[in-house]
Amino acid sequence: MTLTRVPFVRAAAVALALLAPAVAAEAQNGPLRIEITEGVIEPLPIAIPDFVAETPAAAEMAQQIARLVAADLVGTGLFREVPKDAYISRITSFDSPVQYADWKAINATGLITGAVGLGTDGRLVVKFRLHDVFSDTQLGEGLQFAGTTSSWRRMAHKVADAVYSRITGEGGYFDSRVVFVAETGPKGNRKKRLAIMDYDGANVQYLTDSSAIVLAPRFSPTGDRVLYTSYESGSPQIMMIDVASVGRRTLLPAGEGMSVAPSFSPDGNRVVFSIARGGNSDLYILDINSGVQTRLTDAPSIETAPSFSPDGRFVVFESDRSGSQQLYIMPASGGEARRISNGAGRYGTPVWSPRGDLIAFTKQNKGRFHIGVMRTDGSEERLLTASFLDEGPSWAPNGRVIMFSRESQGENGAPALYSVDISGRNTKRVPTETFASDPAWSPLLP
Amino acid sequence: MNSFFKAVLLIGVMGLAACTNPDRYGAGGPGGAGGIDSSGLGANDPDSPAYFQQTIGDKVHFAVDQHTLTAEAQATLARQAEWLIGHPSYSALIEGHADEQGTRIYNINLGERRANAVREFLISRGVAGNRITTISYGKERPLALCSQESCYAQNRRAVTVITAGAGV
Repeated sequence: MTLTRVPFVRAAAVALALLAPAVAAEAQNGPLRIEITEGVIEPLPIAIPDFVAETPAAAEMAQQIARLVAADLVGTGLFREVPKDAYISRITSFDSPVQYADWKAINATGLITGAVGLGTDGRLVVKFRLHDVFSDTQLGEGLQFAGTTSSWRRMAHKVADAVYSRITGEGGYFDSRVVFVAETGPKGNRKKRLAIMDYDGANVQYLTDSSAIVLAPRFSPTGDRVLYTSYESGSPQIMMIDVASVGRRTLLPAGEGMSVAPSFSPDGNRVVFSIARGGNSDLYILDINSGVQTRLTDAPSIETAPSFSPDGRFVVFESDRSGSQQLYIMPASGGEARRISNGAGRYGTPVWSPRGDLIAFTKQNKGRFHIGVMRTDGSEERLLTASFLDEGPSWAPNGRVIMFSRESQGENGAPALYSVDISGRNTKRVPTETFASDPAWSPLLP
Repeated sequence: MNSFFKAVLLIGVMGLAACTNPDRYGAGGPGGAGGIDSSGLGANDPDSPAYFQQTIGDKVHFAVDQHTLTAEAQATLARQAEWLIGHPSYSALIEGHADEQGTRIYNINLGERRANAVREFLISRGVAGNRITTISYGKERPLALCSQESCYAQNRRAVTVITAGAGV
């Protein structure tokens, strides 16, 4: 599958248009701009009419793509869609001038227009423009994506990513995948399979069968491989699977002890993980190409669940060396570890944000579990969720959203995937056809 | 796309193959007698794994987040050691488990600690180290399913599974 992306219109003075004051406009009618870090956000009203079908065969897809763009944007909690029955203008041609007054009248701050063409060779071409209605202008250039019809969801996600990016100033995250553990069967004897899906739960593919317990997968920096822990050889061992071929292999020679919790370095060449022998667990780094292992920690406590910083220079991990699980950061080249968690309770499963600024973690306190974030020096701790059992955060490619597992309690308790903004807003279930746990987000797809 | 469909087919075939295998834990489930047929003389035969499992006791329990052996656990393990010494044709696989109140990876490590505490105790009582292997299931295989302390207490366990063979 190939997706090509070409700008096809030169837009003038985009930044100026953005900054130009919408004179005396009400807050809702201000510039087409969202500052994600703000405390409380009134969702921005945006109109997303069905895209124009440039060939009769493209009609259904033109509608579906517009619906998926809307689902992506509304799903962030930052936008609300202006209902279609309020429309005054209809968009019947992609290149006709937009009647901005008609969209202002229904308080649509943003307007997305698009067109879909379907070639006789089955090639799908999607074009769109984002309009800043109250500035009477386009925001950014129009863009065009081309690909096979089977990649229509990806093209819709790319449109939504571009819109999200222009309005928030942040990177997008819709055109991405999530690897997770699909679970079936009763609580006492769960069957687990590695699975991959789009970030919104679509297009599920299973990578392994359920003959062995699998845990805690992690994507490579390019999304082509997945590291995970498997009981395939009998006891837990770290493994790597190629997403395209589903060819998999163990990474360590037999008899090394129990190895768990592997995670890639940002260059994809090294793996940080833990090995337990004789009741003691320590961190190691493995060079995938040479097979050379370097020991990072040597303490009688449990050191595990490591994650690289995005520059590859540091590793954050959990350790119970102080008597309870806490978070530490140490140089990836070895050396002293510095404790960063200081609040009440226990902290585990730290994951470094792709932006480098925050660490996401699981916190256990007074019988409740939380997903939280803190700065890399441990300051500004913020708990984003609370439930009977939340665990295992993973960052969206833009470092603004976190996906995690939430398990319900009792004999029929089971895990499902949820996502939450790092502001703590917009907690929502990610649809999966089976129980699901241990999500790990891919980078943004190319 | 072709390779993906091949992969799906392959996984399908692997799934079918897995279904024809017997339960990998044997009849007793994860805490059972290691797949050994215990139907014969059963728990009344002091030389049987079933006797070990039911009369001597194959499980010891732990306090929250602990891997130290209680006096009760030590008494059970002393009996286990005695039986193992008297039955050199068997080996032991120690499974370490945790309750669900913990993160998955931490619990795997905690289960490993528990299994290892049992192993060390058995060795200290004279069982040869090469007859005892360990595995941790963390919170992956709870025995009691409720989300209350009564169940958690049963799940914080190490299970000594008797297997045929004199050790490695």
